[in-house]
Amino acid sequence: MEIIHAEDLKKNYTVGEITVSALKGLSFSIKTSSFISFVGPSGSGKTTLLNILGCLDIPTGGRVTIEGTDISKLNRRERAAFRGERIGFIFQDFNLMPVLTVFENIEYPLMMVQNIPPARRKEQVQRLLAGVGMEDQKEKYPDQISGGQKQRVAIARALATDPKIVLADEPTANLDHETAYRIIAIMRKMKDEFGTTFIFSTHDPKIMGEAEIIFSLEDGLITKRKAVKKRTATKKGKAHAKHN
Amino acid sequence: MRNIIKIAVRNLIRYKRRTLLTSSLISLGVVFVVVYVAIAGSFKSLIVGQITDSMLGHAQIHRKGFVESIENLPLNLTLSEEQFKQIETVLRENGAVESYSPRIKFAGMFSNFMETTNIRMNGVYPGKEHKTIPLLSKRLTAGSDSLKRGEILVPELLAQGMNVKTGDGVVIIATNRDGSVNGMQFTVSGILNSVVGPGGRDGYINFDDAVELLRMERAEVSEVAIRVKNFDRLGAFEKNIKQEFADLSIGGKSIYEVHTWEKLSPFVNIAKMIDIMTQFIRIMLVAIVLISIMNVMMMAVYERIREIGTVAAIGTLPEKILYMYLTEGFLLGVAGSLAGVIIGIIVIIAINAVGITFNFGRQQGIVLRAALSVPETVAITITVLAVSLAAGFYPAYKASRMEPVEALRHI
Repeated sequence: MEIIHAEDLKKNYTVGEITVSALKGLSFSIKTSSFISFVGPSGSGKTTLLNILGCLDIPTGGRVTIEGTDISKLNRRERAAFRGERIGFIFQDFNLMPVLTVFENIEYPLMMVQNIPPARRKEQVQRLLAGVGMEDQKEKYPDQISGGQKQRVAIARALATDPKIVLADEPTANLDHETAYRIIAIMRKMKDEFGTTFIFSTHDPKIMGEAEIIFSLEDGLITKRKAVKKRTATKKGKAHAKHN
Repeated sequence: MRNIIKIAVRNLIRYKRRTLLTSSLISLGVVFVVVYVAIAGSFKSLIVGQITDSMLGHAQIHRKGFVESIENLPLNLTLSEEQFKQIETVLRENGAVESYSPRIKFAGMFSNFMETTNIRMNGVYPGKEHKTIPLLSKRLTAGSDSLKRGEILVPELLAQGMNVKTGDGVVIIATNRDGSVNGMQFTVSGILNSVVGPGGRDGYINFDDAVELLRMERAEVSEVAIRVKNFDRLGAFEKNIKQEFADLSIGGKSIYEVHTWEKLSPFVNIAKMIDIMTQFIRIMLVAIVLISIMNVMMMAVYERIREIGTVAAIGTLPEKILYMYLTEGFLLGVAGSLAGVIIGIIVIIAINAVGITFNFGRQQGIVLRAALSVPETVAITITVLAVSLAAGFYPAYKASRMEPVEALRHI
C-alpha cells in the first residue's frame, strides 16, 4: 500500500536576487513499511526532500500526499500536529535534549506531543529501550553516553509515538563505520518490528546498500531508482541486526 | 504542566551561574522594595499617628467657613449649642466613631504678671479630649493633664520664654465675639511638648472655663475632633458623614464641613512624597525584573535554537513551546521574589532589633518599628511575578514562532 506519493515536486530558494532550484520536479511513490534510502552528493537535494516529506518545509510546486493528506495544504499548526502524530525524526547530530535523561528523551514526544498517561508512557519507553538495547543506560544524560548510543536513543524517540514514517537525514554521518552499520541494523530491525516506513538519506555507498529501495538524487532530480532484494542486505548489516 | 515545569527547572539548573545571578539581582531589587516600603510605610504611619493622636484627631467638623479663617480663630463662625447637639446625635449613631471632642478655639493674651504674649487656646472637656487625642498625655513634660477648672496646660516653648512652671499663676485675656475683653487667672498644671503642625503649640483649658472667659451665654463649639475605630476606613467614614450632614442641610446648603487630617495638616504633602518615592522604587524593581529576565530569556532562546527546532520538528505545538519558555522566565521571578521577600523580612527584623530612632519636630527619639504588611508583601510578589511573565513573553513568543527547518539549520 502506498504511503507517500510525490508528483512533480519542486522547491526553489531565493537568496537575494538569485533563485536556486533545490528540487526540480520529483515524482515517486513509497510503499508502507519499506526501507528507503535517498543517496547523492552534497547539494543534490536530499535534505530539502526529507524536510518536505517531514512537513518541516513546504514545496514551491507539485504535490505530496502522505496517507492521502496533501501536506502542502496544511498550515503551520496543522503541520506540527501532523508531524507529532505520523512522523518520527532521526537527526545527524542526534539532537537529544541535554536536560533530559535517556528515558525522558524517549518519553518526551509521548508526554509533550501526544499527552499519553504516565503508565502507558513508561510501558512504551521500556519497550523501545529494550528494542534499541539501551535499558541499562536509561538514567544517563546525553552527555554521559557515546555517539552511537545517542543515535539509538534518537531512533527510540522517533518511534515513541508509533509513527507511520521515520525520516533520518544522514543518521550515520557522525558515527564510525562499525557504529553506523549497527544503527542502520537497528533501524531495520525496528522497521520489521513496528512496520514503520524508514526513509534515510546518506552519501555513504556502504550504508545505502542496506536499503530496500535506493533513490539516487543529483542536482535536484531523481536519476535512478534501484530496488535491492531483501536478501542482498550486506552480511555486515545482517550480522549487526542479529547482534542487536 | 508538571512536565513543562520540570523541563524549565532543569534548564535553569543547566545554566547555574546565570540563573543565580539573575535571581540574585531580582532578589536584591525585592529586598530594597520590601525594606523601603516597610520603613517608609512605618514612618508615614508613625508620623500620621503622631499628628492625629497628639492634636488633630482623625477628622474634624466645623461650621462652614471656619477652616478658611482658621488663622484668625473666628468666634463668629462657631457652632451653636443646638447645632452641636445635632452633630452629636449623628456621631453617636455612627458606628465608625470611637470618640469625639468638642473644642472652643480662640486667640488670647498670656500674662505671667510681668510679661504678656499671644497664645492660641483650646477649651476642651478633658475626658473627651483624652479619648479622642490619646497621645496628648504623652506630650506632657511636667505636671498633670487633669485640666480641672482653673487649670491650664501651657506649650513648652511659651513656658520657657515666659519663664513659667507648673503651679505658677498666669492670666489669659481674651476678646469675645462682641469685642469686650475679659481675663481669668489660671494655675499652670502642666507643660506640653510642642508638635509639628496646626495646633501643635496651643494651650489647653477646661471647656467651661473657655465658655466663662469668652462670656458665652450658651456654650458654643469651634470644632469637633473625631477619632474613628478603623483609621484605614477614614475615607469611607468621611463620605458617609458628609452624606448625613447633607441630609441636614438647610435650604439645600449644608452648614457643616467635615475635614479629615489630610486636609488640615501640611504633613500630607510629605506623606504624598513618601508614596511617590515608593512608587518610583516599585518602578525600579519592575525595570530590574523586566530587563534581567528578558535578557536571560533572549539569551536562552538564541542559545537553544536547535533545541527549539528539534522539539518543534518532533511535533510540539507552538503554544507548548511558548509555555516552556514562559515558565522558565516565570520561575526565575518566583525564585527571585521568594528569596527577596525572605531576605527582606530578615533585614526588617534586624533593623527592628538594632532600632532606628529619629526626631520629629521637638519630639525626640521616636523609635521606628518597621513592619511589612501582608497585603504589601503579596502586592510586591504579584508585581514581580506578573513582570516576569511579561518579560518572558517576547522571547517565548519568538521561540514558539520559529520555523523548525530554519532552527534545525542553525549552528
